[in-house]
Amino acid sequence: MSFPWAKPYEPQHPLMKWMDEKLPIPRLVYNATGPGYPVPRNLNYFWNFGVLAGAALVIQIVTGIVLAMHYAANAGVAFNSVEHIMRDVNAGWFIRYAHMNGASMFFIVVYLHIFRGLYYGSYKAPREMVWLLGVVIFLLMMATAFMGYVLPWGQMSFWGAQVITGFFSAIPVVGDPIRVWLLGGFAPDNAALNRFFSLHYLLPFVIAGVIILHIWALHIPGSSNPTGIEVKDEQDTVPFHPYYTAKDGFGVGVFLLVFVALTFFSPNLLGHADNYIPANPLSTPAHIVPEWYFWPFYAILRAFTFNFLWIDAKLWGVIAMFAAIALLFFLPWLDSSPVKSSNYRPLNRIFFWVLVIDVLILGFCGKSPAEQPYVIMSQLAAAYYFAHFLIILPIVSRIERPLPMPNSITEAVLAKHADESSAATA
Amino acid sequence: MASETETTAGIEDGVRRRDFINIAAVSFAGVGAAAVVLPLVNQMNPSADVLALSSTEIDISAIQPGQAIKTSWRKQPVFVRNLTPVEIAEAKKVPLSDLRDPQTIDERTKPGKENWLITLGVCTHLGCVPLGAAEGENRGDYGGYFCPCHGSHYDTAARIRKGPAPKNLAVPPYEFNSDTVVTIG
Amino acid sequence: MVRPLGFLVGLGFIAALLCAIFTTPLSNEANASHEFHKEPKHLALSSDGLLPHWDKAKLQRGMQVYKEVCSACHSLNLVAFRDIADLGYSEGQIKSFAKSYDTIPSVNPDTGEPSTRTGLPSDHFPAPYANETAARAANNNALPPDLSLITKAREGGKNYVYSLLTGFQNPPANLPKELQPPTGLHFNPYFANLNLAMAPPLHDGQVTFADGSPNDVKAMASDVAAFLVWTAEPKLVKRHQVGWAAFIFLLIFTGLTYMSYRNIWADKKH
Repeated sequence: MSFPWAKPYEPQHPLMKWMDEKLPIPRLVYNATGPGYPVPRNLNYFWNFGVLAGAALVIQIVTGIVLAMHYAANAGVAFNSVEHIMRDVNAGWFIRYAHMNGASMFFIVVYLHIFRGLYYGSYKAPREMVWLLGVVIFLLMMATAFMGYVLPWGQMSFWGAQVITGFFSAIPVVGDPIRVWLLGGFAPDNAALNRFFSLHYLLPFVIAGVIILHIWALHIPGSSNPTGIEVKDEQDTVPFHPYYTAKDGFGVGVFLLVFVALTFFSPNLLGHADNYIPANPLSTPAHIVPEWYFWPFYAILRAFTFNFLWIDAKLWGVIAMFAAIALLFFLPWLDSSPVKSSNYRPLNRIFFWVLVIDVLILGFCGKSPAEQPYVIMSQLAAAYYFAHFLIILPIVSRIERPLPMPNSITEAVLAKHADESSAATA
Repeated sequence: MASETETTAGIEDGVRRRDFINIAAVSFAGVGAAAVVLPLVNQMNPSADVLALSSTEIDISAIQPGQAIKTSWRKQPVFVRNLTPVEIAEAKKVPLSDLRDPQTIDERTKPGKENWLITLGVCTHLGCVPLGAAEGENRGDYGGYFCPCHGSHYDTAARIRKGPAPKNLAVPPYEFNSDTVVTIG
Repeated sequence: MVRPLGFLVGLGFIAALLCAIFTTPLSNEANASHEFHKEPKHLALSSDGLLPHWDKAKLQRGMQVYKEVCSACHSLNLVAFRDIADLGYSEGQIKSFAKSYDTIPSVNPDTGEPSTRTGLPSDHFPAPYANETAARAANNNALPPDLSLITKAREGGKNYVYSLLTGFQNPPANLPKELQPPTGLHFNPYFANLNLAMAPPLHDGQVTFADGSPNDVKAMASDVAAFLVWTAEPKLVKRHQVGWAAFIFLLIFTGLTYMSYRNIWADKKH
């Protein structure tokens, strides 16, 4: 990090001096999260979600490791081992529900974090790498969550695994061999369950590693801010500690309140009753649905019902579903506006909100049965989704006239307070 | 170079206000963290189903004097022996100074139930299951139990007399529910 | 490079979707069972809401209904005899209750043949059938599900269970021929497919309660539904108690962190 006014690390205590000389972790912490990291002073609460995502990951890893002490990854006993945890293991019910709802909290927080990025142009130069690493984290999260949901070996676990691995058979020629290779068999069974457990344990640590890169990449240019104007001098910033450690502490409090309300008072609200039925390969549930955080993508998958241009509908659905995430990688280059924040991009702002509503509609369609009117809703909503990123954003970013922008962060802050004090005296 | 008009005097960058409220917030966080750690540590303690198997009832009515049965408690072997008067007398004759792990037979049985010798079937040397409980098994030089792994000999009160074992066969906690039923653990 | 290619890819997806829109019929296949299917009735229980507690007498009656009626066909695999201490039974009562079961699968210690023995508190409720095949053979090829988790495994939970048990009735006069119950099935509008393999299991006065509590179908259905809420989640009450403690603690904690945040930022315009 290269802000010249950043406070240098000067260890006082002899122990800290020794540590810093031998392995400069104290210095690293000081410069990354301490008084040594200057951060724009005008961040709003949408900037809390990064730390909250990290907190959610820690919760998942801790509860997950503890669950793994009691879970048995074998198709004959997996379901019962989870019930053993719920009934017999000391505080097992708490740990299991915390892990189950922690996953939902993780996705809630990450979606808010992503939409913050979309609104404020956080993906734009010089922070493209932060964004790309973020999309990688999102993909890893989806893989981890999918495999984790298979582990209790309920009806939805099994049939969800059947559907998702079935995607691969849509690939021409090599599709089914790949599917069989993934499963270690012809349908989800012991082989699949065991390897999903192994990978589910592994991936969160890979995610942690990519998060370190993500934060490192961020700390090169430093954090963005709601105006999208880069930091120019010292008065634009405050040291991360104590200003943002305090604000993040408050954010964690609110996060935990929501988490506790969910985990203790309504732990099965976001789940599906069918997953309390042991997996039965001979009986398909009436409606196979994934967990809520996959609903928009599930809707996109099912929207393609026509064999278009020699590619059959099933393959279109699979390609579109992956493309819906893959296009996020190209966002820094699809959107060419030099203005970052949608606060100064009125046209972009309108389309941003349309996208939010569109994604909510897609989510609603994903949970609904594959019947009308949900089919046509998902088809129109999916069309808008692709249009938004691939057609609308590139055009808007070229033709839009941004609003006049202040010269610096400090100017924006002072202007805001001048407004408030003149309103007060008026 | 700051020339803005802050309403308060001076910029106190990085100076941590050691105000009470901050300390209160951090302390609460500490208390919360401790409250969360407790169940995370306690989950490693035996679960309810394991505890349910932590005591076992044994029906001893079929064991004749001079006979023993092998049974199981907390997944470990247990010897329940009905000592004959000759065996009891032999055990009482042994001076405590001869014993590596001095214990009288009274210390190893319940009052009024001197003939019932209930011990773990685990050699105190390295954990093998000694012979002598079943009919026809080698009972060693002292007429009790004999461990074939490294040659530990136990006497009629299952006390170590010869060989590498350091201690007598362990007596688990048990109670007589009646003359014919014992609960171990 | 990215933008023109992206533009074409976008057009491709939109074209595929437009074709899909114009070739998918706008109305659904006729599914008349929707019209006759009823949403579950609401059953108020002491275990409802944010401050639940167990009505132990009711749970005991529910267990009696399970034992005397349902256990003939439905297993309760996940519940151990020792668990019924929650219902207010003493250690001695649990021991005799367990001993009253002599169908616990075991092995003859002399011959090694499969046999049975009497129950211990550590045993789980024994199943009525040895395996799925036996269960289906005895029930016209239908498999009576295990009831341990039934109130969590069905949409509508205990309301659904109560409605199903009290919902058996003659099919309405206007029920189309294809929805009439085939032989061996029974009409019940609370069941998604309308016709259920289970015959109405409850009749007025079927179970006699020692304390003289009502034993009409509605009362027994309510008692057994309450029992099944407990079997599905014995820790439900504890969960709410701990939840309130945690929530109130966090309210105070969040309040403190907010005050700390405002304190630290007091001198900084932002």
